[in-house]
Amino acid sequence: MAQLTFREAVARGIAQEMRRDESVVLLGEDVGASGGVFKATPGLFDEFGPRRVRDTPISEQAILGAAMGAAMTGLRPIAEIMFSDFFAVCWDIVANQMAKSRYMTNGQVTVPLVIRSANGGGLRFGAQHSQAVENWAMAVPGLKVVAPSNSADVIGLLAAAVRDPDPVLFFEQKSLYPIRSEVPDGEIVDELGKAKVVREGGDATIVALAAMVPRAVAAADELASSYGVECTVVDLRSLVPLDTQTILREVSKTGRLFTVEENPRLCGWGAEIVSIVAEEAFHDLDAPLTRITTPHIPLPAADALEDLAMPSVQRIVETIRKAVD
Amino acid sequence: MTASTGSVTETTTASVDTRLALYRLMVEIRQFEKRAYDLFMQSLVKGTSHLSLGQEAIAAAFGVAMRPTDWTFATYRGHAHTLARGASMTGAMAELLGRSNGLMAGKGGSMHLSDAEKGAMGSYAIVGAHLPIACGAAWSAQYRGTDQVAVCFFGDGTTNIGAFHEALNLAAVWKLPVVFVCENNLYMEYTPIGSVTAVPRPAADRAAAYGLDAIAVDGNDADVMYATASSALQRARAGDGPVLIEALTYRHGGHSRADPAKYRPQEEVDSWLARDPVPSYRARLAAAGVAADVLTSIETDVAAAVDDATERAKAASPPGPELMMTQVWADGGSSWRN
Repeated sequence: MAQLTFREAVARGIAQEMRRDESVVLLGEDVGASGGVFKATPGLFDEFGPRRVRDTPISEQAILGAAMGAAMTGLRPIAEIMFSDFFAVCWDIVANQMAKSRYMTNGQVTVPLVIRSANGGGLRFGAQHSQAVENWAMAVPGLKVVAPSNSADVIGLLAAAVRDPDPVLFFEQKSLYPIRSEVPDGEIVDELGKAKVVREGGDATIVALAAMVPRAVAAADELASSYGVECTVVDLRSLVPLDTQTILREVSKTGRLFTVEENPRLCGWGAEIVSIVAEEAFHDLDAPLTRITTPHIPLPAADALEDLAMPSVQRIVETIRKAVD
Repeated sequence: MTASTGSVTETTTASVDTRLALYRLMVEIRQFEKRAYDLFMQSLVKGTSHLSLGQEAIAAAFGVAMRPTDWTFATYRGHAHTLARGASMTGAMAELLGRSNGLMAGKGGSMHLSDAEKGAMGSYAIVGAHLPIACGAAWSAQYRGTDQVAVCFFGDGTTNIGAFHEALNLAAVWKLPVVFVCENNLYMEYTPIGSVTAVPRPAADRAAAYGLDAIAVDGNDADVMYATASSALQRARAGDGPVLIEALTYRHGGHSRADPAKYRPQEEVDSWLARDPVPSYRARLAAAGVAADVLTSIETDVAAAVDDATERAKAASPPGPELMMTQVWADGGSSWRN
């Protein structure tokens, strides 16, 4: 067992897969010699060299196009898009090419690759470097979408993503990079599409993702200690594939569902989950389904406003306390 | 490689067999495209179509010059380039008709013809997207130490989109074995390319920006195209980095099915029709001593093959409903939940 930061876990996960499989390569802006702008890839350039760890120009279409062409012809690339906001300049390659080529060719082409990207707010970067865009990816058929909340999951889910034969968008919530958590020794390989119940309680079910998981857990702890309200917290870990069995089971036990989403309100991933629960677990519900989200605004930069916009522990506590009263 | 501009020069040392293979491929593309046009007019083909009538020599030359292990990346105007790799004519025709025996069982359509087993790695319908993707295939060949080359075809309009410049730069910096082939047919959709481009030669005049040679050739001359293709492939295969070719040509019809191409001056159309690559190559082969019956038998063989492909496509069933939910994922299915 070791205590690793989230960013250290990223590098360890990539190294684990690159040691195992010569066809795994890493490319992106500053990922090599400098170890990444978020210092999530240090050591890889030294260990694997410039042939396997490639610094690229600021050309997001070229980065992802190169990853796709390489994946179609025998490699398993891990591409980095530095900030997930930059998906907006290369979304054609993601949404039109990677996601659809297999279907359009009726299976002639396979696209086994991973796109890692620093996602989400909390670092005062302003509206163009802070978005949580996992819901963009979820809306496109043909993409798998993963967002871990802790260091062990980073390694295990990254390994699963690299070994997966389909394109996987792997969102690294940048506010989590400095957070340490326990990681087992040895190889870690997880499974895509399995949510985790990280806390159990009988009064309400909170479904959260990535950076919202530790906030949901902190809120659940406070609800228990201050108000005697006991919550289950489900860490989704993956939006596609979606572990609806775990969601439906855990919501049915408590009769109350709260989603905690970093993405803005409209068409956030919680809307899909609420819709599934409404259709399939309606008779088990004791209360309206409730989404706790960032408002439908671009994220502001100033500390006071960004903190106000993103779902906070306090907002989660207040929302659930009022609803359960 | 030397730069030439539009002039027809007899540079070929190609054998008679090679030249006959070139002619056969051009005739196949010509007759296939004419049939595709007819079937559109009969509403047997739906959606849209972008034909290569008039541009056959470019795809044919690369089809003959490439090795079976090389890769082609084409555009929505990709029937020619897919057939040039040896894709089944029936499969291509059936794909246009939306039939179960189509190359992609009807899931792709006219703009997305692919035959990966033959190295035809897809036809991409978002302008520019496939240039970086071709870079990736070339990177894979370089990484794995194979001597495969990726060949990427695109139109003149593509030279003004960002992905073109990103791909050219990456290919040059990484010295990738990729050949970029700009088919300059003088019009980006309905607009003369010269009126929206800062330089006279949309691809060749950009080459210097990426440290590449400016290569502009007569895309209607099959011998010139074959020599150009062979030399470019050799250079890329040898590890000397990417090649950018601008092949000047002209489409006989409009941009797509919807376009009667009224915006083109009649004298311009007439002058290019006089330089139609197919009959002019036929005349050159005849002048070089190829017997008339050899050429005629190629034409009748191809006509029979196109008829046969048409009948087999028409006779086939549409794709069954069970196909709709398949091949989103590599496990063959489309499930997004448990």
